[in-house]
Amino acid sequence: MSLSKAFFAIIQRDLLLAFRRRAEMANPLLFFVLVVTMFPLAVGAQPHLLQAMAPGVIWVSALLAALLSLDSLFRTDFEDGSLEQMLLSPHFLSILVLGKILAHWLVTGLPLIVAAPLLAMFLGLPESAMGTLWLTLILATPLLSLIGAIGVALTVGLRRGGMILSLLVLPLYVPVLIFASSAVSRAAEGLPVSAQLNILLSMLLAALVLVPLPTAAALKMSVN
Amino acid sequence: MNLETFFAMGGYAFYVWTAYGVTFLVLLINILLPMLQHKQLLRQLALKQKRASR
Amino acid sequence: MSVIPAAVSLFFHRTASPPHFYALANRFIPWLTGIFFLLLLAGLYGGLVLAPTDYQQGDSYRIIYIHVPAAWMSLFIYVLMAVMAAIALVWRIKLAEIMLISSAPIGAGFTFVALVTGSLWGKPMWGTWWVWDARLTFELILLFQYLGVMSLYTAIEEKRMAARAVAILALVGVVNVPIIHYSVEWWSTLHQGPTVTKMDKPSIHISMLIPLLLMALSFKFYYLLAALQNAKLELVKREASSQWVRNLLENQA
Repeated sequence: MSLSKAFFAIIQRDLLLAFRRRAEMANPLLFFVLVVTMFPLAVGAQPHLLQAMAPGVIWVSALLAALLSLDSLFRTDFEDGSLEQMLLSPHFLSILVLGKILAHWLVTGLPLIVAAPLLAMFLGLPESAMGTLWLTLILATPLLSLIGAIGVALTVGLRRGGMILSLLVLPLYVPVLIFASSAVSRAAEGLPVSAQLNILLSMLLAALVLVPLPTAAALKMSVN
Repeated sequence: MNLETFFAMGGYAFYVWTAYGVTFLVLLINILLPMLQHKQLLRQLALKQKRASR
Repeated sequence: MSVIPAAVSLFFHRTASPPHFYALANRFIPWLTGIFFLLLLAGLYGGLVLAPTDYQQGDSYRIIYIHVPAAWMSLFIYVLMAVMAAIALVWRIKLAEIMLISSAPIGAGFTFVALVTGSLWGKPMWGTWWVWDARLTFELILLFQYLGVMSLYTAIEEKRMAARAVAILALVGVVNVPIIHYSVEWWSTLHQGPTVTKMDKPSIHISMLIPLLLMALSFKFYYLLAALQNAKLELVKREASSQWVRNLLENQA
């Protein structure tokens, strides 16, 4: 089997497995919407306040939803032994890992994008920011899956890796958060956002190249 | 510069001395803690060795 | 490698062996402690007694003599950890792994000191205990990265594996450091209030600069001595069942 065939095979496999439990696919999405809903309940429903907070609230909630969904990236494979099989395969583990991350994003990140108009409505985000919100979600959710993958790979063998995962991954998420939410706020004010979007794009491209290798190394270490 | 003005630090005594105090505390802990744990560990291992050799 | 003379490579090989390193650490620690104290006293005397009072900030500026060196150390140690991580991963040298994890609590301590002293400096200057300025925010995230390294090491039971994991994390984290620095600084300039911090690169007078550098140097010696102290502990923990530790225990008794 050639490398590219193996890459697509892994994606297909993960998508199929996720589809078999398609009820679970809704969970990160529901969490996202629920958390955003908490904020107006907590701070009161003044439209101006909510509007000012909207980009930050949406992005922090997206971050948390991504964090929560990371566990599914390697855990089931680790537990049933298929991760070990993947390590033994003749193909480059980095490429297989990239495939898994892509599949994970399709299942957990992409749905978050669907929630965007609903959340914009809840928080009164102006129309001018909607396009930017879509764009930041499309650019940054794969980034969240990629960066998170390193953390998961390091902690997949641990019994209570969940809390440590957050501690490891959130500092790495900070730049993404800063640029994504800032882009949306500026768009809401009518200011240009090309700089922020370009930075997000370059971070995404850099992560695509730089993440698979340490993730593969961490997996090899975790499984042994 | 007499001792009183030195300690007063121009009115900022609380801030300056707390800052220096916290620093020295942290530096002290980071040396004492490993030293204590080291002594404890050596004692424990020595006991284990004695029991094992009996 | 014929480029390196035999004596030098022998030195490195012997140093990398745990019992030799342990003995070496024991020999160095008293000297390092002495030098540290000398530099510390010189720096403190220069900074607290000799240096003149600042025109704008009065005597509260004297916190600079611990705040800035601590911040420098917090960054320096993290970068050093990344270098040791690379060595540990590529050449699998046990000692690099041990020095890596021994440095983490010290780096975390310095980061904590930088944050607390920054806050104590800020309160009389800006009126609040915490400000989201670029440097404090950066130090806070750096502290989390240090704590992450320490937690991960503690969480993994098999210590050689823990060391590998922590090495990977340190390397990934060091890539994050300039990114965080840039993004936080950019973010902070967007939201900066009308105050311009006096901490920003004033043209510093030589009578203030020298104690600052002395303190910075003393902190470097402190780092070495504390790291070696931690390393001794970690070494004994990891090699508890080995022959050299058993000899050590017998010699102690």
